[in-house]
Amino acid sequence: MKVVVGLGSCGIAAGAKKVYDELKEQVDQGLDIKLDITGCVGMCHLEPIVDIYYDDGQFDRFVKVKDDEIIDLVNKAKEKNIIEDKKISSEDEEALKKQVRIAIENCGVINPERIEEYIARGGYKALEKCLTQLSQDEIIEEIKISGLRGRGGAGFPTWFKWNAAKVEKETPKYMVCNADEGDPGAFMDRSVLEGDPHRVLEGMIIGGYAIGAQEGIIYVRAEYPLAIKRLEIAIAQAKEKGYLGKNILGTGFNFDIRIKAGAGAFVCGEETALIASLEGERGMPRLKPPFPAQKGYWGKPTNINNVETFANVPWIIRNGGKAFASYGTEKSKGTKVFALTGKIKKGGLVEVPMGMPIKEIIYDIGGGILNNKKFKAVQMGGPSGGCVPAFLEDVTVDYESLTKVGAIMGSGGMVVMDETTCMVDMARFFLDFTRKESCGKCVQCRLGTKRMLEILERIVEGNGREGDIELLERLAVEVKDGSLCGLGQTAPNPVLSTIRYFRDEYEAHIRDKKCPAKSCKPLIHYEVADNCIGCGVCRRNCPVGAISGKVKEVHVIDQETCIKCGKCYEVCKFDAINIL
Amino acid sequence: MDCCGAKELKKHFRDEEVDLRLMDEILDKYKNVPGSLITILQHAQEIYGYLPLSALEYISRETGIHTSQIYGVATFYTQFRLNPVGDNLIMLCKGTACHVNGADRIEEAIVEELGIKNGETTEDNVFTLNNVACLGCCSLSPVMMINGITYGSLTPDKAKSILREIKEATLQKRGEK
Repeated sequence: MKVVVGLGSCGIAAGAKKVYDELKEQVDQGLDIKLDITGCVGMCHLEPIVDIYYDDGQFDRFVKVKDDEIIDLVNKAKEKNIIEDKKISSEDEEALKKQVRIAIENCGVINPERIEEYIARGGYKALEKCLTQLSQDEIIEEIKISGLRGRGGAGFPTWFKWNAAKVEKETPKYMVCNADEGDPGAFMDRSVLEGDPHRVLEGMIIGGYAIGAQEGIIYVRAEYPLAIKRLEIAIAQAKEKGYLGKNILGTGFNFDIRIKAGAGAFVCGEETALIASLEGERGMPRLKPPFPAQKGYWGKPTNINNVETFANVPWIIRNGGKAFASYGTEKSKGTKVFALTGKIKKGGLVEVPMGMPIKEIIYDIGGGILNNKKFKAVQMGGPSGGCVPAFLEDVTVDYESLTKVGAIMGSGGMVVMDETTCMVDMARFFLDFTRKESCGKCVQCRLGTKRMLEILERIVEGNGREGDIELLERLAVEVKDGSLCGLGQTAPNPVLSTIRYFRDEYEAHIRDKKCPAKSCKPLIHYEVADNCIGCGVCRRNCPVGAISGKVKEVHVIDQETCIKCGKCYEVCKFDAINIL
Repeated sequence: MDCCGAKELKKHFRDEEVDLRLMDEILDKYKNVPGSLITILQHAQEIYGYLPLSALEYISRETGIHTSQIYGVATFYTQFRLNPVGDNLIMLCKGTACHVNGADRIEEAIVEELGIKNGETTEDNVFTLNNVACLGCCSLSPVMMINGITYGSLTPDKAKSILREIKEATLQKRGEK
């Protein structure tokens, strides 16, 4: 019997490491099972997840397993006595079946620290095919047929970039993997790197061969220590097996990959800023053209792709570009991985064919809104993106449709919001982020985001002025026009898209000094309703003693003393505290 | 460093006596590899816990990179610190998912419990609070990471009790309790 514990970052955070340690201890003391690990299967809301493979080939998945339950669970499973409560529900299994997994096909299935398991699932077959049967042009042609577009956000055709780097005469050339996943609320790349690192390496080696590069660099966020560790292991194993290094598979092709840990700067996701950072400098964007394909790292031809883009490449070569293009829409081919988070019941990682309506992702896969509240909007593309309001839930996820409604595909962050999320505050949140992350090179971005943030801050504090919305719209245009790179060019998007769909919320803040979502503290206050039974729980829990009242009588909140912490609202069992 | 802003600039640094030779191995390995400044600074910070002024000057002497350029890089990236941190570094996630699920209330609870704001260290040197953009554990939001351990699904009360436990353990380790 084999017991596999999911040890991705979120699994570990949910307690999977403790479960693994408990099992390890018992195995050391003689428990007769084979113990193994795997990456994230994407169902973060069910972590820690334990898979048991029986000797007869059967398999059971157990979810939300605690460290004090695991031994009992395993011992019973050995006698085919399954604890049904711990088994994954059929509903959750269905949600998994609605997905199409290409980039994350191995995540949560193989042990990412063992190359043999990757090879057993067809790994490095694509590389072998490329090096022994395909020319550089044939590889690029296959990628062109697949219709693969950059998964980092902008959606630029991958074959075009590869071809541009390939036709350059100058050498050496570089193949760079952008794993600087800085978009807050997105973790697709982390899961791929942690769950299936060899796949990214294989994609890079194939790309390197196609453009004529001999060196690859992976630029990873320092905040992802586990991803870095697993990549290091994978690189060492690939070298040992002859998939990396000198004379790969005896074909005379040399290619090496090294890791460069980023140091924390969102702007480094922009390719010219990333190159500056690779060169050891402040990560500030450079003017394009020349494009990195002509003059990139140390002035040499450089191609930069995102983690997920590379992760699709081996599958495309193995199954053909046509098979990949059979998924998706006319202009957006294949699948896309999304990190589904926020006010959603079943948050996690999902991979779906392009062209799926947003509501299917939210309700059929994500299980709907947390606590059965009302779906308000979904934010896509993080600080560069925009929101899609609930009334547009039929919009499909593909590059064109999302751009049309004012959002973007982005890297795949999908943050769901309910009726209690204030859209003005969300805009403020993103502007606060881009203001901090602006590198300061372009005046419009550096000062424009600051001015926009100041306006948004005064609106949520109840000091908004007539004309502020128009002022924001004007500044947004100037910041977009006056910025060199994508950070500044897209920073106003969250503001513009919330104004477009939720202008009434802005107006309520400014004119009526009310926050319709009841979220902005300066614009709300708490009151005790008449149905208060006088139990005194709120009075005892109030940290500042603002609540008074006799037992069995309606209590009163002293508005002068109240700090609006919301504790009374939380502890009241009779819904007798109103937010006004 | 004798220009007009030099005195002001010095205020940003902590200049403590540190053993500079600890960096020699790293410097030997990287000083002649172009573009290695960030890597060198990362190693230096791993050694000292932050970037002391004397270490930056030493790196400058050894690599030939001007101190102004080193300062520029050290202050550009959020990973680098010019001041020491407490025994436990609290990385409070302020990513989108955490924000939507109440990270601000967790921050308030931490501020209330420890009396420090983002970027500050407690007087007893037990905690430093750092807000970070995203830890990538969005489905467990709101989350914070302390000493490499991620604490998820936080409530203000849960956050406070975690801090109390860690403080207790830290003081015990120091032998103060």
